[in-house]
Amino acid sequence: MSPDVIPEDRVVPTAAEPGGKTDRAYSRARAARKRKLGVGAARVLLLVAVLGLWEALSRAKVIDPFNFSMPSKIWDQIYTWVMHGTALGSLGEQIWFTLQEALLGWIIGVIAGVVFGIALGRITLLADILGPYIKVLNSIPRIVLAPIFVIWFGLGPASKVASAVVLVFFPVFFNAFQGAREVDRNLVANARILGASDRRVTLQVVIPSATSWIFTSLHVSFGFALIGAIVGEYIGATKGIGLLVAQSQGTFNAAGVYAAMVILAVVALVAEGLLTFAENRIFRWKPSGSDS
Amino acid sequence: MSADTSPAIELRGASKTFRTPSGGLHTAVRGLDLTVGRGEFVAVVGPTGCGKSTTLTLVSGLEEPSEGDVLVAGEPVSGVGDKVGFVFQQDATFPWRTVLSNVMAGPRFRGVPKAEAKAKAREWLARVGLSAFEDRYPHQLSGGMRKRVALAATFVNDPEILLMDEPFSALDVQTRALMSDELLELWEGTGASVVFVTHDLEESIALADKVVVMTAGPATVKQVFDIDLPRPRKVESVRLEPRFIEIYREIWESLGEEVRITRERGAANVA
Repeated sequence: MSPDVIPEDRVVPTAAEPGGKTDRAYSRARAARKRKLGVGAARVLLLVAVLGLWEALSRAKVIDPFNFSMPSKIWDQIYTWVMHGTALGSLGEQIWFTLQEALLGWIIGVIAGVVFGIALGRITLLADILGPYIKVLNSIPRIVLAPIFVIWFGLGPASKVASAVVLVFFPVFFNAFQGAREVDRNLVANARILGASDRRVTLQVVIPSATSWIFTSLHVSFGFALIGAIVGEYIGATKGIGLLVAQSQGTFNAAGVYAAMVILAVVALVAEGLLTFAENRIFRWKPSGSDS
Repeated sequence: MSADTSPAIELRGASKTFRTPSGGLHTAVRGLDLTVGRGEFVAVVGPTGCGKSTTLTLVSGLEEPSEGDVLVAGEPVSGVGDKVGFVFQQDATFPWRTVLSNVMAGPRFRGVPKAEAKAKAREWLARVGLSAFEDRYPHQLSGGMRKRVALAATFVNDPEILLMDEPFSALDVQTRALMSDELLELWEGTGASVVFVTHDLEESIALADKVVVMTAGPATVKQVFDIDLPRPRKVESVRLEPRFIEIYREIWESLGEEVRITRERGAANVA
């Protein structure tokens, strides 16, 4: 292996100076790369083994292929949906529909959660008055609200957005509230001495220090938004991946249910990646996120 | 105008009582009388936990006295005024702001236009020797450098009154001496009145014109000593002078007793 493929390191050895120290750094870098490759290979192997076993058992009729389906059928199903569209229209349209509902619900839920969380965290009187009600609302399993929203808002996107909002709101709210409460008192005192008004303290001290709390909840809550949208669609809709699941179930098409799951997983992972990217940009001031 | 002739800070019979989380009352400061003249550097020493910091929060307007009066430039304090600067014991730099932005914070909070605030901030960063670090975040600096940022961020507001609450206690000994010298240099150009709280008697004598010894809590003024060491001083060398040692001995006689009382009380609480 030539030195130019070594992943960037503090001490990049060159062929010109084969000193003892750089030799050790070189072998260490190689060991690290080897380990990385090993882990990757093991991952792929595990996936192939599980899928292979599933396929084999299903084909050998050890498990019922009708109920449990098999990876090749699921792949066929995805392929059919991608190439020829679903019974509801093109696959892209279904994904876009679900994503739109989830995204809209997420944005509304996050904004409401942050605004209420910060407001209650800053205004103790408000927190004292509303505290018990928020606890009661939070103790309701909110997914049961989805049928009510379908009754209220009909089969269109509004009912899905609503169920996404209620799922997203609470985790974001509690984290924003906690974040606003845990602000370093010294920082607030310092800002006030430096001449900051109450509004400035909220905007420039409380909100920045609460952002790390809020961001942890954003990761979880986007998943919740997807759940809200899917469940809403599953209960009653005209379009969307949730409806696809419901229809596949209605026609005893197990492969269809799995295929929808795979598509959802991909969507969720992409969203998660985008969020992490945004987070790294925003938290450059944090010790762990910086590189100098 | 009376405001021009009145002392910079005046506390008259000031007391502060806090409600403890268990519901009891804790008196931190009782019947405190203290006068700080304009341009005077006053160090306040006392046993740990005696209420020295509370005195500063009363002067700053962060807290109101339960009894008595607190006057700044002849006016009773109500809320945080714009004459006061405060350097805290712990780090109080904003971690999400760069060094430059941290120093700009004060003028920006007070409505100074951005360009002007930036120019002023750069000027003070140069004075504390951090010009090359203006784009760094606080976590990328050492403790001493962060303290310099805090000093620059305080001085950039041109405070008439500078309150310092054990500002250098978290620093190592060498950095501490260096920072004390820098503080004296920075202060000498401003004519601000300083109240410097510390539990380190050496530090207080080296820096101040006047050392105030507080009693064991609840704090009140026990004795005031004038420090007649000539200025400009260098902290490292001034403490070797015979006069310094003489003053030290004299004040320690007064302070030592209070420290002993605090220690005995602590032992009694443990027992």
